[in-house]
Amino acid sequence: MPAFHEEASVAAVVHEVLEKLPGVGVLVVDDGSTDATTAVARAAGARVATLPFNLGVGGAMRLGFKYALANGYTTVVQVDSDGQHDPSGVPALLAQLDSHDVVLGARFAGEGDYTTRGPRAWAMKVLASILSRTAHTKLTDTTSGFKASGPRAVALFAEHYPAEYLGDTIEALVIAARAGLSITQVPVAMRPRSAGVPSQNFVRSAIYLARAGVALVFAYIRPKSAYRVTGAVTATGAQV
Amino acid sequence: MSVASYVLGIVSAALILIVVIEMLRRHRLRERHAIWWVVAGVLALVIGIFPSTLDWAAGVLGIQVPTNLVFFVGIAILFLVALQSSAELTKLESKTRTLAEQVALLELRIRELETPPKD
Repeated sequence: MPAFHEEASVAAVVHEVLEKLPGVGVLVVDDGSTDATTAVARAAGARVATLPFNLGVGGAMRLGFKYALANGYTTVVQVDSDGQHDPSGVPALLAQLDSHDVVLGARFAGEGDYTTRGPRAWAMKVLASILSRTAHTKLTDTTSGFKASGPRAVALFAEHYPAEYLGDTIEALVIAARAGLSITQVPVAMRPRSAGVPSQNFVRSAIYLARAGVALVFAYIRPKSAYRVTGAVTATGAQV
Repeated sequence: MSVASYVLGIVSAALILIVVIEMLRRHRLRERHAIWWVVAGVLALVIGIFPSTLDWAAGVLGIQVPTNLVFFVGIAILFLVALQSSAELTKLESKTRTLAEQVALLELRIRELETPPKD
């Protein structure tokens, strides 16, 4: 769970995860927040890794994957700390991991009442169609942060997780696809944020799209060798 | 060319070299970054002392106005330096990022080692 200035919502999300998914390990990565995110998450019963300064979601996630790798977890599920993702959806994601390496929780696949409007929705559609072609499967919501990664994906992402902001979702999929991992999606319901401020407006959407485009182009033209993973991973079974 | 401008050229070139060498001496600049600045300073000094070399070089390259050669070389050097700096910066950023991740992981590990397990 990457968290940046989420002291208002992180505790509830941690509680919910622990409650709905007994037996999982919860790691909150505090991405250099200046508020009480770390203390609140720790009090809620999560393990918390605190970054000394803000790296962006990509950095926080890579840390999560590294932690998973170092501690013998073979499966990682990313859940946002703002309460948007419903932990009840996690088993559905995990069910697909037997046959795929990366499973996305998609918002527009016919479940839930999450809607976006205007340029952002349009941008998401464009990105989704490009990525669907790369991943050889139909993806409808590529900017979803709600995703599960199997052992091969964990090994790959621990080393090559895009650092650029927003690369965290889109670029990660390109990296996974180009590294030969299989990707799929399952429909999930998403909720509005339980607290905090959503980071969306028109200008931001435009900048977001531009950056997504740039990140995407470079993810595609990078040499394949850039995504090589050292050390093979074979173990399966444990769940995070 | 008047004596004044001739002297001005030499003095400014010498000044560049002196500053770069002084910074190197005081470890304010690493050798690998200084190389371009030294090259630029030496070039400027040579041209300052022997302006005819500039005319000759421009003639060889078929450049009509020798001054344009100066601008071209100057801009080229600045461009290379800026590019080198950007590349270094990128490398440093990714190293810093990795360090931050490691620090956070180590901190978490230390915390877990120090607190006895409750379950």
